[in-house]
Amino acid sequence: MKVTELKFQLAWNRLLSIVEEQAQVLMRTAFSTVVREAGDLSAGVFNRAGLMLAQAVTGTPGHVNSMADAVAKFLRVYPLSGLKPGDVLFTNDPWDGTGHLNDFTVVTPIFSADSRCVGLFASTSHIADVGGRGFGADAHDVFEEGLRVPISKLFSAGELDSSLMSIIKANVRDPVVAEGDLYSLAACNDAGGVALLEMLNDIDLVDLEEIGEEILRRSEAAMVKAIAAIPNATARYQMSIDGYDDPVELCAEVIVDHAEIRVDFSGTSPASDRGINVPLAYTQAYASFGVRCIVGNEIPNNAGSLGTIKVSAPEHCILNAQPPRAVSARHAVGQMLPDVVLGCLDQLLVGQAPAEGSSCIWNPVFLSEAGAQRAFVINPIFNGGTGARPSKDGLSTTAFPSGVRTTSVEVNEATSPLVFSQKEYTTGSAGEGRFRGGLGQTIRIAHRHHDGFVVSKMFDRVNHPARGRNGAGAGSQGRVYVESAEIGERALPGKGRDLVGPGETLVLQTPGGGGLGSPADRDEAQTIADRRNGLI
Amino acid sequence: MSARLSVDIGGTFTDVVLEHEGGYTTTKVLTTYDDPASGVIAGVEEVLEQAGVAASEVTSVLHGTTLATNALIERRGAVTGMLTTLGHRDVIEMAFENRFEQYDINIDRPQPLVPRFLRLGVAERTLHDGEVAEALDMASVKQAVATLCDEGVESIAVCLLHSYANSAHERRIEEFLKNEYPQLSVTLSSAVCPEIREYERFSTTTANAYVKPLMAAYLASLAQKIRHLGIGAEMLLMTSGGGLTTLATASEYPIRLVESGPAGGAMLAAHLAVQHQFDEVLSFDMGGTTAKICLIDEGEPLSSRSFEVDRSYRFKKGSGLPVRIPVVEMVEIGAGGGSIARVDELGRVQVGPHSAGSEPGPACYGRGGTSPTVTDADLVLGKLSANHFAGGKFALDTDQANQALYTNLSQLSDDVTQQAFVVNEIVEENMAAAARAHAAEWGRELSSRCLLAFGGAAPLHAAGLAKKLRMNKVVIPTGAGVGSALGFLLAPIRFEVVRSSVCDINDIDYTQISLMLDEMLGEASAVLASARAPLPWSERVNAYMRYAGQGYEIAVRLDRSLSNLRQAFETAYAHLYGRVIPDMPVEVLSWTLALSGAREATLLKPNLSVVDVQKAGAQRYFDGEKQIEIPLYLRPAGRLDSAVMGPAVMVEDQTTTVVPEGWRCTTLADGALLIEEEE
Repeated sequence: MKVTELKFQLAWNRLLSIVEEQAQVLMRTAFSTVVREAGDLSAGVFNRAGLMLAQAVTGTPGHVNSMADAVAKFLRVYPLSGLKPGDVLFTNDPWDGTGHLNDFTVVTPIFSADSRCVGLFASTSHIADVGGRGFGADAHDVFEEGLRVPISKLFSAGELDSSLMSIIKANVRDPVVAEGDLYSLAACNDAGGVALLEMLNDIDLVDLEEIGEEILRRSEAAMVKAIAAIPNATARYQMSIDGYDDPVELCAEVIVDHAEIRVDFSGTSPASDRGINVPLAYTQAYASFGVRCIVGNEIPNNAGSLGTIKVSAPEHCILNAQPPRAVSARHAVGQMLPDVVLGCLDQLLVGQAPAEGSSCIWNPVFLSEAGAQRAFVINPIFNGGTGARPSKDGLSTTAFPSGVRTTSVEVNEATSPLVFSQKEYTTGSAGEGRFRGGLGQTIRIAHRHHDGFVVSKMFDRVNHPARGRNGAGAGSQGRVYVESAEIGERALPGKGRDLVGPGETLVLQTPGGGGLGSPADRDEAQTIADRRNGLI
Repeated sequence: MSARLSVDIGGTFTDVVLEHEGGYTTTKVLTTYDDPASGVIAGVEEVLEQAGVAASEVTSVLHGTTLATNALIERRGAVTGMLTTLGHRDVIEMAFENRFEQYDINIDRPQPLVPRFLRLGVAERTLHDGEVAEALDMASVKQAVATLCDEGVESIAVCLLHSYANSAHERRIEEFLKNEYPQLSVTLSSAVCPEIREYERFSTTTANAYVKPLMAAYLASLAQKIRHLGIGAEMLLMTSGGGLTTLATASEYPIRLVESGPAGGAMLAAHLAVQHQFDEVLSFDMGGTTAKICLIDEGEPLSSRSFEVDRSYRFKKGSGLPVRIPVVEMVEIGAGGGSIARVDELGRVQVGPHSAGSEPGPACYGRGGTSPTVTDADLVLGKLSANHFAGGKFALDTDQANQALYTNLSQLSDDVTQQAFVVNEIVEENMAAAARAHAAEWGRELSSRCLLAFGGAAPLHAAGLAKKLRMNKVVIPTGAGVGSALGFLLAPIRFEVVRSSVCDINDIDYTQISLMLDEMLGEASAVLASARAPLPWSERVNAYMRYAGQGYEIAVRLDRSLSNLRQAFETAYAHLYGRVIPDMPVEVLSWTLALSGAREATLLKPNLSVVDVQKAGAQRYFDGEKQIEIPLYLRPAGRLDSAVMGPAVMVEDQTTTVVPEGWRCTTLADGALLIEEEE
């Protein structure tokens, strides 16, 4: 045994806890609610070549690969040789960062006392408002979606670029929050940097190069081993989702080829005229997440493990949209990708993949009518059911693949004039099967003072339910409608902005998850329990 | 002569401590699950007899128990029903609608304590400002209760939306139940946890309702048995918040009794911090399965209002049932003497969270365990002595330890000592990482602190952990094996009241808040008065504040003048996060008032004599590079006359203290060991 093995193990452990601390600092100091409540952020450490060595496990898989690739892009614009201590780089370019303008990625090189760069930290968080039309699927191009900052220096040798900051603040609706969140990103990288230098000193290392190489080598080897356990083969799967105006076809081919898995989305629908397009990095993130749920799921994310899964999509299709396509609600399509990838893997690893689920989170924005006396905006998150799992039922009203948390009804009511008269499981919404899907929920929302209010929707599976597998049933599809004593029910589309009139109630029904296996094979006791509990 | 009695029921043992003028008399008896009170009584009789103290001389009885926690974990509570606002019966099952582990598709959230068919809606609606939007329909209540009774419900949780703002509907339901169904146990969410956020409040309420019948019966039975022994003193109960409370309050809010054992440990550490004038302490309690770490500043353990019972998935945050009660804030990780080491698919050594427990225990116990544990590594490295374990009652089997390490960790090295060294380093690194993360989360420094270590495995790893955290001072108190029960003797009588009232600080109605605080003070005073809490009483008011729109509140300590709310918030915020946001509006969500009585003076007059250090032999020890021979001392019963220089080990019945090279060990006035890094 070499001493270097112990050093290596301590260093790897330490790096993993440093990035968790970095994420913790970001979560605690960020202002945008979605970051703090829902964990929509990421944090990681990189070697000098821009390869990711460790990443915090946070609320959103969407940032995984996208952030992993980002640092190398930063280094192409600002080569390491020209960077100095105190430099901080950033961007919110959807194609250089994590897929929409709301996500800012900040990269900080860390220098030792003798001014050598020992590694870099990157962090990403979702800033509530970046100007433009506001968060939603309605824009026709990225220019309508707000301010776009190419890879730039936020700080040079510790000095803030105040012109740049003032441009940002002049272009967003809540400049205090935006500035606070940018500082928070820089601060969490600094905290990571301090901890990294301490660690190098404690373990007696000069930089991350040697141990980084070993981390990547071992992670890759572990992934290769996991992949080698799957027979070489190709599988295809196709899934239709609602899209904005027209349905979107998602077509995937998964090829297991010895040491790697390739996922290709040829055949997928072209880019949309609305803001549901997905830049490739985000496609890669959710596609590889789908693979990693059942292949090598205990291997940490880094350039070594991520490199064994290669994801491609034809240019200009909705999963590799090019500028200046609108991308604000790219999650509405991106979060559907694990279902498609798992649909392929189900054919290669029989009995390991869950069925299709609700998948895309339902995160409406509720806001007051223009000129209303009581102005408000809230952005709650609701979930449908997940697909049935290989040996158990799906999870009811649970985010998957996203990892976000919901906010409380009482808090939503305290911070807006809305009243949620119902938020409960929708009986019978789960796809039947030997193992049933998770249930969706029914939410009824009205204005306390009977005023009108606006809802901005980015919902899917309103027209295309989550399908079951192996003889199982589909989950119920989502529903969006307005009800009132006068008109009865009025259906609304799953995407876009609508007005809920004075005295009307908005009803949202999130989709249920698909089942697995024939309902005839379901354990009688489970059926009885479900009936007793009013779930079916 | 007077004496004070303290009893801690733990998972395996019940510890009994009698404090009297002659010192402490202690015993450990096995916890008797079928009838826990009888085990307690056996232990009490034993210490009274040993100490020669008459039952009538006992002036206080302090008790902490893990029974409520066990009932929750093992789902052995009452058949519980829930009455809730119509349309919201799934709150406790939907939880946060998230998964606590991103990459495991097979995780499940904890089963709610009340199944869906026992959660029934009643027609009513109150809004966040207390306005009643829909009056309570008593007919719907009657019908729901009748249904629940048909299902055999014994306890009812009443969980209405916004009841923290206006509890009238919950109180009407309570009145109805008291009159019509006096046999039912009732818990109101507005009473047990009047705080905004329905999931946490309802979860706390159902947990209380679930354990209430069991705990009320147990406490009543124990109180009666103690009286039968001839002890006249009223029993006080240790709570998770580190304060004592009355039998009546404990029977009403048994959920506040969870985690009383660890809270007792923290109170012991806090007391020692004050006694030895350490302003800032990190307490470190390491047992067989887990390690607990707690920050203590100026004699007060860090406190909070959120806790999770039964983190069933590798102790992971989010995998348990949340309860909102006053708690001593600590971090618990799966690192103990029994934690099992293995090599994962990446060639990394992982230690814990799986533990060999006490049966079969570490391989070196020779009871059939074959997995290598932290204790096995300690033995192989020479930190533990095979012949001095547990007071020499049973010898440890070094061959078995070697075998277990060699068989399972050969991928690392073919040298057993190296394997053991890696296990030791990794477990200490895991604990250090948890401490660093906890300190970062709470905005605290570590390196200037004193590490206060207790629990069977802590003294073996305290100095190693201190080194990793750049701390240079470690204290190992005496009696560390019954630390929780000792801690109960040092806790004040305390009661904390909470109210939620969401408001921008610029719009606060100070008169109304003042009235509310007076009311809260009245409520807490009643509890302290009935417990005859010693004077003077001190109150602590906290506002839970945040920048408008943020997701987390921070506790801001205030005085009753409530002046400069913004400044108080910004000071606290900057302390945690390093900066403030000048123009951002600030809001308050909740207020708490904690009232504490004076701590009862200890009867003990430590007057330890100076003794010579007793060398009991030599031991082979691995110092990280080579095997060396180091001295083995018996821990002295008094104060040391001169320092013991590391490397050395010092054994006592319940544990062994390691003094590494470059560190020296002396004793404090009360016999505690002080281990310091040499300049």
